[in-house]
Amino acid sequence: MDLNKIFDSVSSIDGVELNPETNLIAVPSASLLAVADKFKNNINLEFDFLMCITALDNGDSKNFTIAYNFHSNKHNHSIEIRVSVADGEDVPSLSSIWKTADWHEREAFDMMGIKFTGHPELKRILLPEDWEGFPLRKNYEVADYYHGVPIPKDKSYWE
Amino acid sequence: MDTALDKSIVNIDEMVLNMGPQHPSTHGVLRLKLHTDGEVVSKIEPIIGYLHRCFEKHCEYLSYEQIVPFTDRCDYLASMHMDHAYSIAVEKLLDIELPERVEYIRVIVAELQRIASHLVAIGTFGLDVGAITPFTWTIRDRERVLDLFEALCGARLLYNYIWPGGVSHDLSPKFIQRTHEFLDYFETQILEYNELLTGNKIFIERTADVGVMPADVAINFGVTGPSLRGSGVDYDLRKTQPYSIYDKFDFNVPVGEGTMGTIGDCWDRYWVRMVEMEESIKIIRQAMASLPNGDVHAAMPKKIRPAKGDVYSRYESARGDVGIFIQSNGKNVPLRLKMRSPAFCNLSVLSEIGEGWMISDVITILGSLDIVLGEIDR
Repeated sequence: MDLNKIFDSVSSIDGVELNPETNLIAVPSASLLAVADKFKNNINLEFDFLMCITALDNGDSKNFTIAYNFHSNKHNHSIEIRVSVADGEDVPSLSSIWKTADWHEREAFDMMGIKFTGHPELKRILLPEDWEGFPLRKNYEVADYYHGVPIPKDKSYWE
Repeated sequence: MDTALDKSIVNIDEMVLNMGPQHPSTHGVLRLKLHTDGEVVSKIEPIIGYLHRCFEKHCEYLSYEQIVPFTDRCDYLASMHMDHAYSIAVEKLLDIELPERVEYIRVIVAELQRIASHLVAIGTFGLDVGAITPFTWTIRDRERVLDLFEALCGARLLYNYIWPGGVSHDLSPKFIQRTHEFLDYFETQILEYNELLTGNKIFIERTADVGVMPADVAINFGVTGPSLRGSGVDYDLRKTQPYSIYDKFDFNVPVGEGTMGTIGDCWDRYWVRMVEMEESIKIIRQAMASLPNGDVHAAMPKKIRPAKGDVYSRYESARGDVGIFIQSNGKNVPLRLKMRSPAFCNLSVLSEIGEGWMISDVITILGSLDIVLGEIDR
């Protein structure tokens, strides 16, 4: 199934738009669960695989985009949708629909500081729990100390 | 004062056991928090991140060419696959056509790498259930593949061989000859593994009907690769969405059939890897038979500066579906690079399928998922 047909089946949902230049479907975070439900259960779509969740910093660390990549094993078609979110805003969690979302959302929270509502256990996954800041944000600065141990920033000795 | 324990508050039947981070059966620095009642595990919490080196942050400071050695180190048992996955993503972003010889060489080395990686998976899986000999045999044969790679590019583990736009060295006729010799030898070895491990009564007792993963659970958790195919799902990107030149070759996609027990048990996942090696041999033979001549550096761009845009590309590695998401802003470094690592998703299913089994069975199930921590933690 091609992109336009997939878009047609979800275009009735509030705020869902197709960007003709980039061929991406933009979904407001309020409509995400409705779109996800349709993706999973509509007999013509049946996206059973949530492949990847990528959190992107739009450059100022105040606005973020989350890219969701879906694939349907049955129909062999794929789609990417984008959700824009401002810093501090919540995004509904998809972990109740696709279990893949559980760890991927934890990773997005860990690295980019995006909060997902309805997630069963939203905590850091790759970094230690007492880590400060979100490393993949563009404005992230490496701390001077970690647990009292100075973090070397002068790289001249190995360059 | 009543000093007796109030059993409604304190759960005296449960013991929390830490397995790892340093444990021979966790295949790396993985920590499992096991909630046990006697020998039976009631809850598993995988705790990861001990090998985290912020690969994705590094990529934002490295040019596209410099990232290849870093992708090598993600899945260190199948470095060729990681390089190939990354190179395909960059080439998709650049929209360049590759010389045919490059594609053939890439398929040959990728399938050799699949054999090497599955050999480690099978050997260590046998080790997990107490079979020592198969491990020494599989490592001995993997060594032969590594010798081939050493002759090819000088490295035995982290190759830096497949680059965006080509490969670092051309194949020599000697390499083709030695690969043929290896394949002839290896075909007879597979029969020996089957005699030693596949049909072994103790091995079947330990793995059949253990850790059954139904197909719908596997798909819902995003499990891919041989672990998914063990559950009977016919899903291989080389067939369903052929990349590179995989559509030119004739090969089968083995799926679990529940030969020794239920579909999707540990034995099925093991068996799929075993048969996949035979399929890889078929692919390599076909690729070497029709290897065209040509220049392997022809499409190599002098400087990689993709146009503004995003790409998500997928690749079937030895462990499953590798996804590379690259966001480019037109500079020579990516704005954001995200790797969807297959073992990351495969490990997340452990708490679902591993609960209710004994501790020794949890080790079996973990071994059958074939995880590499370097790729999970990135």
